[in-house]
Amino acid sequence: MTGLSSADASTVEKIAQNFASTPGPVIEILHGVQNALGYVPAEAIAIIASVLNLSRAEIHGVVTFYHHFRSTPPGRKTIQVCRAEACQSMHGVPLEAHVKTTLGIDYHETTADGHFSLEPIYCLGNCACAPSIMVGDEIYGRVTPAVFDELIDEEKASS
Amino acid sequence: MTTTVYIPQDSSALSLGAERVARAIQREALARGEIINIVRNGSRGLYWLEPMVEVMVAGERHAYGPVTPADVAGLFDAGFLKGKHHSLGHGRTEEIPYLAKQTRLTFARVGIVDPGSVADYLAHGGYIGLRNALSLSSAEIVNVVTDSGLRGRGGAAFPTGIKWKTVLDQAVEQKYVACNADEGDSGTFSDRMIMEGDPLTLIEGMTIAGIAVGATQGYIYARSEYPHACRALARAITAAKEANFLGQNIQGSGKHFDIELRIGAGAYVCGEETSMLESLEGKRGEVRAKPPLPAIEGLFGKPTAVNNVISLATVPVILARGAEFYRDFGVGRSRGTLPLQLAGNLKHGGLVELAFGCTLRELLYDYGGGSATGRPLRTVQVGGPLGAYIPASEFDVIVDYEALSATGALLGHGGIVAFDDTVDMGKMARYAMEFCAIESCGKCTPCRLGSTRGQQVLDDLKAGIRPDENLKLLHELMDTMQYGSLCGLGGMTPFPVRSALKHFPADFGPSRD
Ligand SMILES: Cc1cc2nc3c(=O)[nH]c(=O)nc-3n(C[C@H](O)[C@H](O)[C@H](O)COP(=O)(O)O)c2cc1C
Ligand code: SF4
Ligand code: FES
Repeated sequence: MTGLSSADASTVEKIAQNFASTPGPVIEILHGVQNALGYVPAEAIAIIASVLNLSRAEIHGVVTFYHHFRSTPPGRKTIQVCRAEACQSMHGVPLEAHVKTTLGIDYHETTADGHFSLEPIYCLGNCACAPSIMVGDEIYGRVTPAVFDELIDEEKASS
Repeated sequence: MTTTVYIPQDSSALSLGAERVARAIQREALARGEIINIVRNGSRGLYWLEPMVEVMVAGERHAYGPVTPADVAGLFDAGFLKGKHHSLGHGRTEEIPYLAKQTRLTFARVGIVDPGSVADYLAHGGYIGLRNALSLSSAEIVNVVTDSGLRGRGGAAFPTGIKWKTVLDQAVEQKYVACNADEGDSGTFSDRMIMEGDPLTLIEGMTIAGIAVGATQGYIYARSEYPHACRALARAITAAKEANFLGQNIQGSGKHFDIELRIGAGAYVCGEETSMLESLEGKRGEVRAKPPLPAIEGLFGKPTAVNNVISLATVPVILARGAEFYRDFGVGRSRGTLPLQLAGNLKHGGLVELAFGCTLRELLYDYGGGSATGRPLRTVQVGGPLGAYIPASEFDVIVDYEALSATGALLGHGGIVAFDDTVDMGKMARYAMEFCAIESCGKCTPCRLGSTRGQQVLDDLKAGIRPDENLKLLHELMDTMQYGSLCGLGGMTPFPVRSALKHFPADFGPSRD
């Protein structure tokens, strides 16, 4: 095995042990791991599988099924842009294009300086204040390209 | 004297800066020596006025909005803490026409109570429904819900009481209540507003459901896209446990019921009930074949009452005020009220709870105020990404389950997304296919491959390639999807596409680009 520090490996092991006796624990554990490490490393899958006595393929299958789980480390801030219909009705598509050009990356990519990761999202329940994006855990509504640029400048200044 | 100031902690209010407004008001009050008590409430659902700040003056709430941090000093200068006039003022909240014209039953407390406080919940009529339920037998509770005419608000509109009876009738020790809080439809946010603004109503509804069907364990399956709602729910569950409204021997009744919050991981299909159950079991969210019904073999193979947030959150008012009270609202077979969600390109987007029976036009213009962009509305999509597009010529349709399905549309979870005349319906149809391809669980071929092929065919049509042939191909493809898919994702994706083709055929050729 490569890549995972022993501290991270024991974090994963601990999370898996914590949930091992709850019914249907896999997704709970994956959330725990992603919250702690930012992603679900391949090595974590092996650890979870052995704690739960399941095959690696089973855990891997769960990780790949869900859009929320990522297999690579994210940038320092993840930006999620809503692509769904209500946001489209309020100029969401040009906003998506603006975000991609400004950051210089496409969806599922991370900027070269490791600052931002970009992900699509399908509705944030903010459809009366469209278009919407999420920066980290913060939600923003009625986002225009100018508002987005301000947010990015603030992010850059504060880090 | 302490003045109570309400500043929403609802996601949409936060998305428009409510947190910064709250901090500014706190700071300004300190600087001026004003003693205020800030309550972080849910939203009243008048989203064009958010962040909407309310001040309690002589027992009545006065609204100001939309407030920015820059407005705060001026509000204090004008005397907003005494309800005085200011250009952002809207007078007494309850008298704002948008709100005054509504019939808020399910949403009676949203935006009013402190969502984390059991004491406040009790002070506003909370837990009367549970108290009444505790004096009835399980079968009697089920009968009340059946008689109320309540139909599932998650989309399928199946009678809630009948589903509960099936679960009650299973002679099995372990049963479950599973709340579907996966609200993935674009244009919907009513579940979120309940979870953030009055989560104890959902908890009370689930507790009544548990007692009715004989389940002692409930699960809420909420989406990862709703971090604020998840936090508010977790807080409310803890508060209910501390006050013995959850757990063992609830309020000395001898009944037990507990709730665990589970968080999804970004998969639209997990809103489909059997996929949700798979996901609750920690697996890939692949749809199960039905039968068996979840009511007979659901979570971990046990009988499970699966219900939407709004269905469950409506149960307390039904038990508190009686089946007849609820059934007396509505038209035909659509009884009670529906929390409609006005979304997209509307001037006054928000939450409108009304008895069934108003027209789409009233909603879009009397409430919604027409488009936000000032251009004519061209179409609305009702019922989420699998719902049909309704053209402006049909805006007089009555918004109830039967009237909408008679026109080939569906009401679903009550979300209405409006588009102005700049919308390209060819692109919306292509997006419907793309969304299906992205979110397909992969179990059946018509859905998995049909949606990808559908995008190509729509691209060819747009490029003007063999239009007649491709149109025929598209229809065949959609028939295969509709009749050959296991669940509604593959089976209903043709609805938005067909409706767009029917009403806006010109958008599918090369002309518009
Ligand atoms: C693709 C798909 C997505 C769905 N998404 C949801 C959802 O997000 N929330 C929901 O309550 N029901 C959703 N449903 C409907 C559920 O399968 C189910 O009918 C509902 O949860 C039952 O609760 P109710 O009777 O209280 O409406 C979806 C159905 C399909 C086919
Ligand atoms: S229709 Fe699509 S989402 Fe539904 S079961 Fe089939 S493949 Fe899965
Ligand atoms: S469609 Fe973007 S927030 Fe709902």
